[in-house]
Amino acid sequence: MSRLPFYLIVALLLVTGIAMSVHRHIEFEVPWTPGEQRQIWEIEAQVNFRADGGPAKVDLALPSTQQGFRVLTEHTASPGYGLNYLEDGGARRAEWAVRDAEGSQRLYYSAQILVAPDAKAAPIPPPQPAQNVVWEPPYDTAAQAVIDDAWSRSADAFTFAHQLIQDFNDTSRGENARLLLTQFDRVPLLMRLFDQAGVPARQVSGLMLENGRRRQTLTSWIQVYDGNDSALFDPTTGERGRPDNLLMWENAGHPVLEVQGGTNSGVSFSMISRSQPAAAAVRSQLAKDSDTLLNFSIHSLPLEEQALFQTILLIPIGALVVVLLRVLIGIKTSGTFMPVLVALAFIQTTLVTGLVGFLLVVAVGLVIRNYLSYLNLLLVARVTAVIITVIAIISLFSVLSFKLGLNAGLQITFFPMIILSWTIERMSILWEEEGPKEVLIQGGGSMLTAVLAYLAMNNPWIRHITFNFLGVQLILMALILMLGNYTGYRLLELRRFKPVTED
Amino acid sequence: MWTSPGKLRAKGIIGMNQRNIRYIGRYNDRRLYPLVDDKLKTKLLAQQYAITTPALIGTVSTQFGVKHIHEMLAAHGGFVIKPAKGSGGKGILVIEKREGAHFVKPSGAHLTLEDVERHVSNILSGLYSLGGSPDVALIEALIDFDESFAEYSYEGVPDIRVIVFQGYPVMAMMRLSTAASDGKANLHQGAVGVGIDIASGTAIRGVQFDRARHDHPDTGHELASLHIPGWKTLLELAASCYEMTALGYLGTDMVIDRQHGPMLLELNARPGLAIQMANGEGLQPRLDLIERQPAGVSPEERVAFAQHHFARRSELERVAEETAEA
Repeated sequence: MSRLPFYLIVALLLVTGIAMSVHRHIEFEVPWTPGEQRQIWEIEAQVNFRADGGPAKVDLALPSTQQGFRVLTEHTASPGYGLNYLEDGGARRAEWAVRDAEGSQRLYYSAQILVAPDAKAAPIPPPQPAQNVVWEPPYDTAAQAVIDDAWSRSADAFTFAHQLIQDFNDTSRGENARLLLTQFDRVPLLMRLFDQAGVPARQVSGLMLENGRRRQTLTSWIQVYDGNDSALFDPTTGERGRPDNLLMWENAGHPVLEVQGGTNSGVSFSMISRSQPAAAAVRSQLAKDSDTLLNFSIHSLPLEEQALFQTILLIPIGALVVVLLRVLIGIKTSGTFMPVLVALAFIQTTLVTGLVGFLLVVAVGLVIRNYLSYLNLLLVARVTAVIITVIAIISLFSVLSFKLGLNAGLQITFFPMIILSWTIERMSILWEEEGPKEVLIQGGGSMLTAVLAYLAMNNPWIRHITFNFLGVQLILMALILMLGNYTGYRLLELRRFKPVTED
Repeated sequence: MWTSPGKLRAKGIIGMNQRNIRYIGRYNDRRLYPLVDDKLKTKLLAQQYAITTPALIGTVSTQFGVKHIHEMLAAHGGFVIKPAKGSGGKGILVIEKREGAHFVKPSGAHLTLEDVERHVSNILSGLYSLGGSPDVALIEALIDFDESFAEYSYEGVPDIRVIVFQGYPVMAMMRLSTAASDGKANLHQGAVGVGIDIASGTAIRGVQFDRARHDHPDTGHELASLHIPGWKTLLELAASCYEMTALGYLGTDMVIDRQHGPMLLELNARPGLAIQMANGEGLQPRLDLIERQPAGVSPEERVAFAQHHFARRSELERVAEETAEA
């Protein structure tokens, strides 16, 4: 049997993989290392609504270049809709319109936003406080009391804002504040109070940027003016200042989304962070317009799917670690790829929390499983019982750690429960048949493999390479094929067979 | 603690990766695996080829049938229950005799009928089978093993593993259960592996926990005097398993019954590598020699060839002689 085709396939995979990666490096200027470059956020807003069956009009606020962020490019996907960009006093909006729409509608807006510390927002004039704020009694006296109280404890608009918001925080403080909160929502109420006090302020909406997040919503903030200066306040804590990862989405005090001719409307956001030279980002956008079919890459998918792929593309790395450890070292694990799944959970939980949580769940599970074996159950029923036990243990630990103030404990829910149950079942049988020593060997081997896989998959450079260079997957494939052909000794066999060579 | 790959290669030791790719992958057709992975199929096939196996008392294939095993067992004092698709000796329950309503294991432990039923039920639900697939339980007659081995074994039945490569018996070892191995014949659990000379059927070398041994740890009996009766017949039986299964790289597990002589216990398409430790020698040179032999040779001729080429002098006798001289 000739091995020529095998080596041909491996060579082909290697050459294609390397060529694809080099092409991407040169053509799109994607760097080999994650450092030395600008961070770009790709943000996708997805508008959903149910059209009534007639003309429909959708009006969505859009972000503009602002302090810390620069809008590079933007795109929309809205088949059948006419699109119009509007600009009104520094506030940008997109207006979609269609003559006849029925049923569930979905519109996309995506923007590439560069993190640029030197970017500045176009100035927006301060809002005029509304003149006649009408309150029903007894809310009028309560409102006035709250304002007077905050006013006396402040010197200017900003300190006043801080005091006012604080009043609604501290429930032990204001009886008036509590009364007002029964009638109004917090943010609209605060806006009314600012108007009443004659302090110029507006409600704005921002998006907290966190890599790989999906189905996010905007958060409300209050922008307060003192003359031409302005400051941003968190309406829940009263803290002043803008977090670095907050992108202002709507900054003119208008609604974020307005839909006419439809119901059940909503907008959700997905985002992903990518590192690229700024110039290359623009160029790749230009290229995208010219060859839509040839540009076959993960980066042409909607952002929501891209965020998913960031993790999926790491799995081959974890699998490679397993192959290396089993074929070259000879480590025994419980369940071939169980360690990869555990390593994926570690990425969510961080290593120490994950390890402690995993060992706790498996240890308690083993004790309970030990009891189950006395009940003489059929296999499938017993494993199912273990699954439910695992869920119970996880819930218990979550509640316990929350009560104890250990938020890290909540992350235990990221563990793949079915896999955990099978691990417990297998370990338990191993214990009965081969004794605790073998459990320790296989359990330790699995843990070691999981930790190594986690370290590999969580490495920033590896994350950068796997996500930005799809060709790397082909190179990995070639590597694994070659490992599958390795007939040499395993490292641990050098120890196992040593006695034979002694005499 | 560690040795070098060069030294292992010089000894002709085969590693796990090489066994998998070079021998199992090349000589064992995947399609034929069910013949050996399913002990019931092996047994039926062996009957066709006139290869003796332990007598079959019956099979249980449904959970419903579990409730009726006491009827099946009524006429038998001792018996063995094993999963048809088990591996590595897992799930094998040996009952030596009965005392009243209780079943007695070789270790002296007493089991109730309920315990036995639970064991059978576990077998059926796939607890011991490869991949956890539903299984069938086989109930076989107890092997009445040859008296001459009584001093070499603790509780369990000593079995003889012969590696058969393309029909040639290339290496053999006997596995003696010990107290450390809990009556099981698995080397990694502490059973003693004794390399057996292909030419004569006598012991070459003994190992326990990968270290050399010249006596049985529990009975204290010298391994040097170990001699397997009917050795040639046993080799021919093992060699003919190649015609039976068409698997090129095969591990055959044999036992010697007092009345029926050598019997085939089970076959293994992925035999382990510990046999090299028991023989103090690698498989590689022997396999290389066999690969150069023409096909279409009868089992008797193959056994004769192997006995001629793979004759080894016992290390145990040498040790005995040296101590005598001193």
